[in-house]
Amino acid sequence: MNEQLIALADDELVIGWRDSEWTGVAPLLEEDVAFSSIAQNEIGHARAVYELLSDDADALALDRAVDEYRCAPLVELRLLVWAHAIARRWLYEVADEIRIAALKGDADPAIAGLAAKIDREEAYHRMHAEMWRERLADTPQFRAAVAELWPYALGILPVEQREALASRVGLDVVEAVERGTHTDELADLLEEMTSVRRSAPAGAQW
Amino acid sequence: MIFEVFRQDRRGAAFEHAGSVVAPDAEFAEAWTREQYGRRGESVALWLVPRDAVHVVDDWTDEFDLKYRRVDGYSIKARLKEARERAADRTR
Amino acid sequence: MSAVEVPRSEQAFLEYVQAGGQVEATDRLPDEYRAKLVKFIEMHGNSELMGVLPEREWILRAPTLQRKLALTAKVQDEVGHAQLIYRVVEDLGKPRERCLEDLVSGKAKFHNVFHYPTKTWGDVGVIAWLVDAAAIISQKALLKCSYAPYARIMKKICWEESFHILHGRDVILAMVTGTAEQFELVQEALGRWWGPLMQFHGNPIPREDDPMFQWRIKSQGNEEARQQFLEGYVPQIRELGLEVPDPKLRRRDDGTWEYSEPDWDELRTVVTGHGPRTADRLAFRARFLEQERWVRDLVLAA
Repeated sequence: MNEQLIALADDELVIGWRDSEWTGVAPLLEEDVAFSSIAQNEIGHARAVYELLSDDADALALDRAVDEYRCAPLVELRLLVWAHAIARRWLYEVADEIRIAALKGDADPAIAGLAAKIDREEAYHRMHAEMWRERLADTPQFRAAVAELWPYALGILPVEQREALASRVGLDVVEAVERGTHTDELADLLEEMTSVRRSAPAGAQW
Repeated sequence: MIFEVFRQDRRGAAFEHAGSVVAPDAEFAEAWTREQYGRRGESVALWLVPRDAVHVVDDWTDEFDLKYRRVDGYSIKARLKEARERAADRTR
Repeated sequence: MSAVEVPRSEQAFLEYVQAGGQVEATDRLPDEYRAKLVKFIEMHGNSELMGVLPEREWILRAPTLQRKLALTAKVQDEVGHAQLIYRVVEDLGKPRERCLEDLVSGKAKFHNVFHYPTKTWGDVGVIAWLVDAAAIISQKALLKCSYAPYARIMKKICWEESFHILHGRDVILAMVTGTAEQFELVQEALGRWWGPLMQFHGNPIPREDDPMFQWRIKSQGNEEARQQFLEGYVPQIRELGLEVPDPKLRRRDDGTWEYSEPDWDELRTVVTGHGPRTADRLAFRARFLEQERWVRDLVLAA
């Protein structure tokens, strides 16, 4: 299976699942709505990629063991603090743009086409993230969040793409929290997100 | 700032007032109204207008009943009936 | 003919709205009317917002990607409704921030059904299908509200609620055609929600005695709404082989539904802030309101 694609899909799935948790408790009602749409888009992207890789997107998304997921630790963190949630969104979107741009040139037209489609929706996410970054940039809360999450953000991209990310966000490349290891928070999330699904025999309809 | 929101259902349709949003600037207002009024594809365009920029006119007088400028200023029914009858008489 | 003038005296205003007249935010409104409007519309906004929390718990547990997306979108709609509704309240003079303070401090009320726990995925289906069905009956009647800005947003709200009912019914259909355990989850959830659903539209006071009806904020009586709910949904529930847990429930020949007296003491207890999940849901909402206050201050200071 295409490692790069499954990593992309797992990242989108898990960050979407994480961001959906803001529905109902964001600092402004307008942002509950905005964050929720972004979360839905990310999960939609994940689903489209899983469908490219398998006949059963749900099974691929939800029925694997923890160590079979290829998502980066950045997306796994449970960040129910706004400054952190925005810092992650911003860093993730910049990294994602670099990765998607590379995929748009993929030799497989199905992959290149899907990447282009995803990119068009991500443009709105980038606008949203940038708007918030500008607003929070000077606050100590946001600066601390960026500093804390930066090594994680680098882990989204392969080594050769990290310089581009660093220069776009104006930070230096440091030692990354690499993809391939998982935080404990992923296990907790998967436990919860599959609890209903596991309550009926495999193949049951919901 | 309060922005009044007008939305257009489909190309060619009139923009209709849809509500309002409180936002710090037009950029936030755009992000938030895109979501509130467009996430199901129900709008093809939005107008965001600062409430302060709306000049309201809502007082009208018509003290001397100048209804010749309106449809209800013309009651042609009776006259039309008479005209038809006379026409019929003439051809008889 | 010139534009209709909104009458200035309270009595004439009352007659004007009772004859179907509508008013705008910029019209001169009697104090009593304004106060009733704020109370009614604010409670609606509170209910949309608090209605998010029982379902929010299940956003993380939706069993398929499709259900995850649909449930997230539904809950998102509810917050969107709260946004629209609080905006109307704000234009009547009460800022959203104060509505939220009164909500989390327990001073303001919200609908009875949002004070209860959601125990299984069956509850998610029953809420989206039947709680939203009960709500849409009230909301459709508000399309004729004498306060026009509120009536206008109700169009969008009703449109979105109709998706929720579809989503809820689809969840229920998948489960009643699934395993025996899944069917049982639905039956059991229906059993738990039936009482609160029958209380939802309020006690059957004659509509002429209801101040919200006198001012034509509401345009239907409580019992009228409940009858409409029973007429529309009991047959739909029964055709799925589900049992409505009320032995007295029956449709008379004249089309009126008879039912066991709902527990009005429970309704009173619950909506005055003593429901099974009232305290912890308010505390949960208050925690985030407090935690992110600085963000609101920073953004809205502009």
